[in-house]
Amino acid sequence: MAEVQFRFRDDEPVADPGVTVDAFGDQTNAAAVRLEPGDDARDLLPHLARIKLVEVNFPVFGDGRGYSSARILREAGYTGELRAVGELLVDQLAYMRRCGFDAFAPDSALDPADAKAAFDRYGEVYQPTTDGRAPIWAKRHAGTANG
Amino acid sequence: MYQYDTYDQAMVDTRVEEFRDQVRRRLEGHITEDQFKPLRLMNGLYLQLHAYMLRVAVPYGTLSGAQMRMLGDIADKYDRGYGHFTTRQNIQYNWIKLEEAADILADLATVEMHAIQTSGNCIRNTTSDQYAGAAADEIVDPRPYAELIRQWSTFHPEFSFLPRKFKMAVIASDTDRAAMRLHDIGIQIVKSAAGEIGAAFYVGGGMGRTPMIAPCINEFVPIDQMITYSEAALRVYNRHGRRDNKYKARIKILVHELGKDEYTRQVEAEFAHLLTQNIEPPLAELERIKGFFADPAFEVGVPDEVDRSDPDFALWVDNNCVPHKQPGYIAVTISLKPVGGIPGDATGEQIRVMADLAARYSFDELRVTHTQNIVLAHVKKADLYALWQVLDANGLSTPNLDQIGDIIACPGLDYCSLANARSIPIAQKISQRFAGREQEIGELKLKISGCINACGHHHAGHIGILGVDRKGTENYQLSLGGCEGADTSLGQITGPGFDEEGIVDAVQRATDFYLANKQDSERFLDTYRRLGMAPFKEAIYG
Repeated sequence: MAEVQFRFRDDEPVADPGVTVDAFGDQTNAAAVRLEPGDDARDLLPHLARIKLVEVNFPVFGDGRGYSSARILREAGYTGELRAVGELLVDQLAYMRRCGFDAFAPDSALDPADAKAAFDRYGEVYQPTTDGRAPIWAKRHAGTANG
Repeated sequence: MYQYDTYDQAMVDTRVEEFRDQVRRRLEGHITEDQFKPLRLMNGLYLQLHAYMLRVAVPYGTLSGAQMRMLGDIADKYDRGYGHFTTRQNIQYNWIKLEEAADILADLATVEMHAIQTSGNCIRNTTSDQYAGAAADEIVDPRPYAELIRQWSTFHPEFSFLPRKFKMAVIASDTDRAAMRLHDIGIQIVKSAAGEIGAAFYVGGGMGRTPMIAPCINEFVPIDQMITYSEAALRVYNRHGRRDNKYKARIKILVHELGKDEYTRQVEAEFAHLLTQNIEPPLAELERIKGFFADPAFEVGVPDEVDRSDPDFALWVDNNCVPHKQPGYIAVTISLKPVGGIPGDATGEQIRVMADLAARYSFDELRVTHTQNIVLAHVKKADLYALWQVLDANGLSTPNLDQIGDIIACPGLDYCSLANARSIPIAQKISQRFAGREQEIGELKLKISGCINACGHHHAGHIGILGVDRKGTENYQLSLGGCEGADTSLGQITGPGFDEEGIVDAVQRATDFYLANKQDSERFLDTYRRLGMAPFKEAIYG
């Protein structure tokens, strides 16, 4: 298992390897689960209270299904660790962060300086997500309804 | 037109720096070409047959004079003196050096332009009606809605690694001038019986190797839920669109395989969920954007007549100008299809001339059309002759809008690494063959693609030509009866293909048959629809 290179949480990392979604339903004590691109993140929603770690695998960087999986979990109120694993590239980090990932375990370690620059680069965003950052339209209309 | 505030400008400036850094990491070997490719593509930079090609975004096809002037300057400074206007209402430069690409983006950023998401498996530049704001039949100007989509889709964190590219178009009149139903999502802004503005969503259209006309999945999404509905439509696609085969990865295949009803059901379920997430910009943001698209200061009481005493000018007026909603004004299309020319090409100097004309005669604004021409949307009729004289002196007065010489053609094998056959020489030969007969033939939309990806929209051509590779030689398939617009239809292949000379002859046999058999004022398409394929086929193959 690749090492976690970046983590944006203060709690103790879960050491257990994630079980598959299929196995997870049967193992009532499992606290870590691993989502493959074809898995339906919504299958986990009934169990969010006992999940401490969800690993979302990106076997190839171009397969973007994991971004939706992450947002679905966060939008449902999941607050545990959401870890991106697999072929992660520097230029994807900011998008992943916005979708709710708070830990990153790339197959190949990334240049720390490049990664930091990527996480910090965009000071503004156009879309709201669950990451709490105010979108540009909210700043433009601060004080108005929905703004 | 829309103007950036400090937020929009910061996004574009940051992108220039990000891209500079990406190029540095590539040149220093931190990332492989495979890893760099999607990054450069999301900045519109392709590696073509001979050089890099840079595609610059022209959001919904609208440009200011200063932006247009910059496009001309870039053609001279970084390219070989040409720009190529595309069917996506963008502009491409075909002779770019990788080391200079970031400098071009920096130049563009000074005039609020960029190349963001002009390629890659992400939401591309949103297109619209080239007569927006001028057309008498529109219920509202569609561009504010397109601008709202531009901002929402820019650097969308969830939808930057979609199964395949994703194209959206927005119109706001029943006459579709943007081929809306041939897009991944086509939106028609509509007004309900109660007078409320909403968005009709057409999803799953497209050209390429499996052309499909988008079905309507929701006839009226309230306008203050349009972004949320778009997000739902995209999320279902991102999760379930096919990723096993790039030729089956467009949303049209998903909609087709699930069926319209099941796809719609999934979107509606996702939509119901997303409505709880408060992701929709407030109406105040739409109102802010609308402010930029208010009517320009039209003069009232100006002459509504045009002096037609110069016959060349009168011919151009009849062919290239369309009525305007404001008395005394007219919308002008500048044809970039001179006889024997490369469709959509303009020199740096011509681009600057058009920029100057926009400043003098059209409230400093231009549009790029999906037929690869340029529109000056708001010209005073009293200024029309003076405008035409400048166009005429600069090789820009070809009077052939929507006629057989007004050909859409992709770059083809002369530039494109995907192409199977050349498109440009075929366009040039057809344009030369029919020079002088265009008036007689009348409206005839001819479209040429150099491969099955259909960038030249051949499926939607009254006459369509598709270049294929047949045992190592270029071969051209002919199709008839395609059409974009309210009566969208896909062309049917006539039969066996032709070589380079043969295809031009075949087009001539088809048009000769039309002229011999047309009734009254029928267009080529009307005669074809009345008579069907069989007699045309017989005329073509004998």
